[in-house]
Amino acid sequence: MSEPLLKIKDLIVEFPTRRALLRAVDKVSFEIAKGEVLGVVGESGAGKSLTGAAIIGLLEPPGRIAGGEIYFDGQRIDNLADEQMRHLRGKRIAMIFQDPLTSLNPLYRVGEQLIETIQTHLPMNKKQARKRAIELLDEVGIPAPETRIDGYPHQFSGGMRQRVVIALVLAGEPDLIIADEPTTALDVSIQAQIISVLKRLCSERGTAIMLITHDMGVIAEIADRMAVMYSGQIVEIGKTYDLIKNPKHPYTKGLMGSIPSMSGEVKRLVQIPGSMPRLNDIPSGCSFHPRCSKVFEPCYSKRSPQIKVGQSDVACWLYSEEDKK
Amino acid sequence: MSDTILVKVENLDRLFDVSKPLLNRIIEHEKRQFLRAVDNLSIEIKQGETFALVGESGSGKSTVAKMVVGLLEPTKGRIEIDNLDLSDKNKVKELRQMRSEIQMIFQDPFASLNPRWRVEKIVSEPIIAFNLESENEAIIKRTGELLSLVGLAPSDGRKFPHEFSGGQRQRICIARALASNPKFIVCDEPTSALDVSVQAQILNLMRDLQDKFGLTFLFISHDLSVVRHMANRIGVMYLGRLVEVADTKSLFKNPRHPYTRMLLDAIPDLEMSGKERKPIEGEIPNPINPPTGCTFHPRCPLANERCKREIPASFNIDGNEVTCHAVEEGRS
Amino acid sequence: MEDKNIKEETNWFARAIDSDIFYSFTRSKLVMVAAFVTFAYFFIALFAPILATQNPFDLGSLDLMDGLTPPAWQEGGSSKFLIGTDDQGRDLLSAIMYGSRISLAVGFTSVFCAALLGISLGLISGYFGGFIDTLIMRIADIQLTFPSILIALLIDGTVSALFPEVRREDSAFWVLVLAISLSFWVQYARTVRSSVLVEKEREYVQAAKLIGLRPFIIMLRHVLPNVLGPVLVIATINLALAIITEATLSFLGVGIPVTQPSLGTLIRIGQDFLFSGEWWITIFPGVALAIIVLSVNLVGDWLRDALNPKLR
Repeated sequence: MSEPLLKIKDLIVEFPTRRALLRAVDKVSFEIAKGEVLGVVGESGAGKSLTGAAIIGLLEPPGRIAGGEIYFDGQRIDNLADEQMRHLRGKRIAMIFQDPLTSLNPLYRVGEQLIETIQTHLPMNKKQARKRAIELLDEVGIPAPETRIDGYPHQFSGGMRQRVVIALVLAGEPDLIIADEPTTALDVSIQAQIISVLKRLCSERGTAIMLITHDMGVIAEIADRMAVMYSGQIVEIGKTYDLIKNPKHPYTKGLMGSIPSMSGEVKRLVQIPGSMPRLNDIPSGCSFHPRCSKVFEPCYSKRSPQIKVGQSDVACWLYSEEDKK
Repeated sequence: MSDTILVKVENLDRLFDVSKPLLNRIIEHEKRQFLRAVDNLSIEIKQGETFALVGESGSGKSTVAKMVVGLLEPTKGRIEIDNLDLSDKNKVKELRQMRSEIQMIFQDPFASLNPRWRVEKIVSEPIIAFNLESENEAIIKRTGELLSLVGLAPSDGRKFPHEFSGGQRQRICIARALASNPKFIVCDEPTSALDVSVQAQILNLMRDLQDKFGLTFLFISHDLSVVRHMANRIGVMYLGRLVEVADTKSLFKNPRHPYTRMLLDAIPDLEMSGKERKPIEGEIPNPINPPTGCTFHPRCPLANERCKREIPASFNIDGNEVTCHAVEEGRS
Repeated sequence: MEDKNIKEETNWFARAIDSDIFYSFTRSKLVMVAAFVTFAYFFIALFAPILATQNPFDLGSLDLMDGLTPPAWQEGGSSKFLIGTDDQGRDLLSAIMYGSRISLAVGFTSVFCAALLGISLGLISGYFGGFIDTLIMRIADIQLTFPSILIALLIDGTVSALFPEVRREDSAFWVLVLAISLSFWVQYARTVRSSVLVEKEREYVQAAKLIGLRPFIIMLRHVLPNVLGPVLVIATINLALAIITEATLSFLGVGIPVTQPSLGTLIRIGQDFLFSGEWWITIFPGVALAIIVLSVNLVGDWLRDALNPKLR
């Protein structure tokens, strides 16, 4: 396999507060290949959004990267100066947020924002840029783009706004899009439309996507590989199909079982007792052990390394070689 | 589940005044504008069953919930619970008794608990309001029981809401809702603010309590997989109208209305069967100026001239109550 | 039972010390100084009769021969009058202490009255909406078009016309309070109304409605405690404004009469002598006024930031 587009090694994100130093992301490592869609799932507080923000350099202070390395296209980017990072952002790595309104300026027409973005990244004059903007709007599925381009963001519905945001993001022709809950605020029927737009663009242009969501269904639809995060760590990462059909880590198993199924009759859902630990109260050893039904000796004191099980990597002592002996 | 009908809603209408202020109207020569959030809706809920209303945002499902519990007055129509008309002003005493038998669980567990009150005070408020216990000790005992019932410790009553996670808060809300020994609980998106693993806990808890106390649920949700898990019967709403009502099984197996089919088709496929899906057309129109005739016609693949003109009436086909010209004419 | 209550108390105290607000307080030296100055001021004003060397309101104890004595360090100054005297022979330091007392009393009373009026009307307006809301808010709009000085003149005139037997000295205080609270209530009403509009849609209020509580009880028990945060901020900032307004009105002669000078009255008296070289009569009360207003304002600003979760 060739050099991955994005490579993250032992990323640590910390928040100093007055009481304690909170570690929100704890030694996360993964890679994304060119044109690949990696889904990152986890419940709220798992650190998935912070991982995304750390990659694109948009961590809100006092949050900071406290350790680890991030490589983009072979170049280390976690220690870049603001100026260089800004250059990278938008052009080569772009971000889509949950609420499309945060990415659109309500005072400017959609077209003006698109043209401005296009001109920042590509050497085009106004006329060419406008033509390109209309093409982009057409590409993300906005009907009558020639007239809609002169509308203001508030004249678009939620789903259409998210399409505009995708068009904005595509304007720089990025290699990697970090999408943070892009469909959470939308209705199911609109969500399906947005997913299919993302899916199509990704395969047509070979853009890689890091898709952060809590919705397993969305991941199943679009992601090639997926990573499951729990209290700041990746507990399992592998092919989406493997993880959904045959989860290994007790947390992933519980998570899959807790989703009401669309086929078959289940009287009771699988439930994981308790809830995700707060950041100031992370248990020792494997942070999942207080909620785990399969907990045994090593879990209490030490965190498991990533262990290769089939095609997936699982951070669980159950799969340790020593144990199998 | 019995065949007794507990809740009967007949021809319910609700208008919201969305006009601009008087001064603006006079200056701009505009008429008053109304939004018809609920349009001629009739449902019956049997004792002990879970009836679900599903629909996308703006379908009016939460408005129905609020009217059924009495938080909103219907513009037109009747709501009967246990054969008692909620608008009957002559039966104040019976209605007050009835109030204690209807409760509601809300969507946002962060907004549904008064942040300045201790949990015990929150949970015991209905007990005191309905005069169910008068002795201080009995109230404390009952509060502890309720908290244990939803899987919390009685000692948690001393804490404030902000010390709990979202799932635990929803448990507190359920404990409070149970405090007045209700028969009927309206659940407005009770788990949509929660994570999946916590959602599973809450859904299981609600089922257990239903079995234990023989509760009847009106379950409002946009999440079809949750609804499929919880409901006995489902009503699908679109722009304030009920488009299809059916048993859960037959609705998922054999959806009749084109909108129901579209909704089912839009659910992300967790089975990863790789089935090809029909692309979904269009968006929900502005409810202030809804389309004429059948409001779904601009998005409907089966629409014809009649659909644009005539509001369809509901009819029965294999046990499904469907409101669609195309299905009626056998065009689907 | 006794034991439980004590535990409760310590809990409450421990929580207060442990809270984010207290933490942000200890982090800013400026705010700590401002708070200290404010409290010192309150203390001095409260205990003025004990601390001051002279009762400046007791005309009998004044000696005109002491009039216009400069501060002690200037030529002709006397150690008896540390920062000099006014034309009536009042010790300025004592006069400032007593004057602050009046200024603060007017400030507190009018802020309290304004808050009471504003909160009540805001609650009613926000909770019930409809016609009553429109009515109250339009009255508020009209109210805003009258400057407080005009209201004070109006009330002053009305009072002296209706009750000619009442002396200015007795009525002045309440005229001021009425005038200031009438011009300040609008802000409370508007703030409370908008908070109520948000809070009443909150689900805990809906849940309270569901168990059949009466609107009055819901407002008092559920809505009111949750909208008091912004009110507290406005009240603090308004205290400073009220003190200034009182000074302005007194300076213009509609306020506290010369016989019982407040800070504003003192500044006005001094103004007549400013150009003849007796600068201290205006400057010292002016500085005192500036310091108290600045301190209260700083505390208010900090409170606003500390209570606003977005800025934290």
